[in-house]
Amino acid sequence: MAMFGSDLNRPLYDRGPSPGLRFTLYAIISIVLMYYDRHGQLVQRIHYALDAATYPVQVAVGSPSVAWTWLEGALQSRDALQARNRELQARLSELELKTMRQQALEQENIQLRGLRASLPPLIKHWQFAQIISVETDPLRQRVVIDKGAHDGVVANQAVVDGNGILGQVARVGPWSAEVILVTDPEDAIPVQVTRNALRSVALGGGSDGDLLLPYLASNTDIRPGDLLVSSGLGGVFPAGFPVARVIGAPSGDKDQPGLVRARPVADVARDREVILLQFDPSNPAAPAPNPPIALAPAPHPAAAASSRVSTR
Amino acid sequence: MSDRHPRVSVVLTSLVALLLSLVPLPHWAAIGRPAFLVLAVLYWSMMLPRAGGMTLGFGAGLALDAFHGSVLGEHALALSFVTYLAIRLNLLVRAKPLFEQSLFVFAALMAYEFLLWVIDGWSGYPLSTPTRWVHTLTGALIWPLVVGILGRFHATR
Repeated sequence: MAMFGSDLNRPLYDRGPSPGLRFTLYAIISIVLMYYDRHGQLVQRIHYALDAATYPVQVAVGSPSVAWTWLEGALQSRDALQARNRELQARLSELELKTMRQQALEQENIQLRGLRASLPPLIKHWQFAQIISVETDPLRQRVVIDKGAHDGVVANQAVVDGNGILGQVARVGPWSAEVILVTDPEDAIPVQVTRNALRSVALGGGSDGDLLLPYLASNTDIRPGDLLVSSGLGGVFPAGFPVARVIGAPSGDKDQPGLVRARPVADVARDREVILLQFDPSNPAAPAPNPPIALAPAPHPAAAASSRVSTR
Repeated sequence: MSDRHPRVSVVLTSLVALLLSLVPLPHWAAIGRPAFLVLAVLYWSMMLPRAGGMTLGFGAGLALDAFHGSVLGEHALALSFVTYLAIRLNLLVRAKPLFEQSLFVFAALMAYEFLLWVIDGWSGYPLSTPTRWVHTLTGALIWPLVVGILGRFHATR
């Protein structure tokens, strides 16, 4: 077939195989890659290498907005900074008061449950990560963070901000990781209404930044303002982390009477910094790893090990 | 007519186009953002089919796959196909006035997006919005601009 290239009738393509042959070759490569993308180890390794290659470009592309944020910070007036400082001090003392009460509650809980020793803290390890790039496609609500496998990030790790659950790690690269936000249409998070312990699943609503609860009957007791927390099922998030607040009643949507909308408590659109959490599996509140629901196929050795000692 | 010079500008302009399609934009602007890299690949495949060739289309598609985190090979296949079309029809389209070229670009972008749409459905990502087709229109509209800018990077024959 390579003879085609040297055919006298085709003086334009005098080097290498003809475009038709090349197209066939590349199409076959593409299809093989697509087929093995979800299953094969090799393609995952290629993905991992590509993540390493794309990281510097993502940092470069994100740098103007980072520079702008830095400049804004650098040019803030003394008054503004002092006001912010006062605000944070007030918030700190408020939180201190709350934790004081919480320690008492924990003690009480231990006594009520008849436990001999207090439980280990639920969160074993946490680290901050910067968002370096945001996927703006309406159907892909994802962000890339600047921590990867070299920083101990594993697939399916919980990602939160100061207010609540933001998403989970979908794919890990060497120095970066892709986080799928709770608003991504591919994401589903098991939730529970705090008011009446009603359980459901919240799906991402896409670019409008809302969550949808489609699996509710139209006479379900759920009202605007209800807080949804993670229910602890699904194996990624522990129970009780705030997820979203209901903004529409079940009968609010004419076309889909059972559809309830909820707005995430995490500031999905404006966050620049996120927190990656690792849970202590010896705490009963830690999520029980549940591979079938897991997003990425390959379980990390550490995650597999923790599933064996989990007590849930 | 050195042989290496056009290659350098092909690669450089394609890189700039890749960056342009990655720069974060507010949501409303991102909907109408033309697929700059696809436009650049189309341009080079039509005007200098030997400088980039099929390898340019395939490589650019792989880069898009890597950056968009899509199924590896998805953009590569779609962009290879469009590149093949452009290379095959380059003599036909190149001589036409800009308006007719825009029509061809529109058709090529529709074919590109259609392939992506089909592969999305097959690969278990059946969600779609009508907004995904907007860029085919904006891409065809800025085609004269693409010709004007990229035309400066090579000797017109």
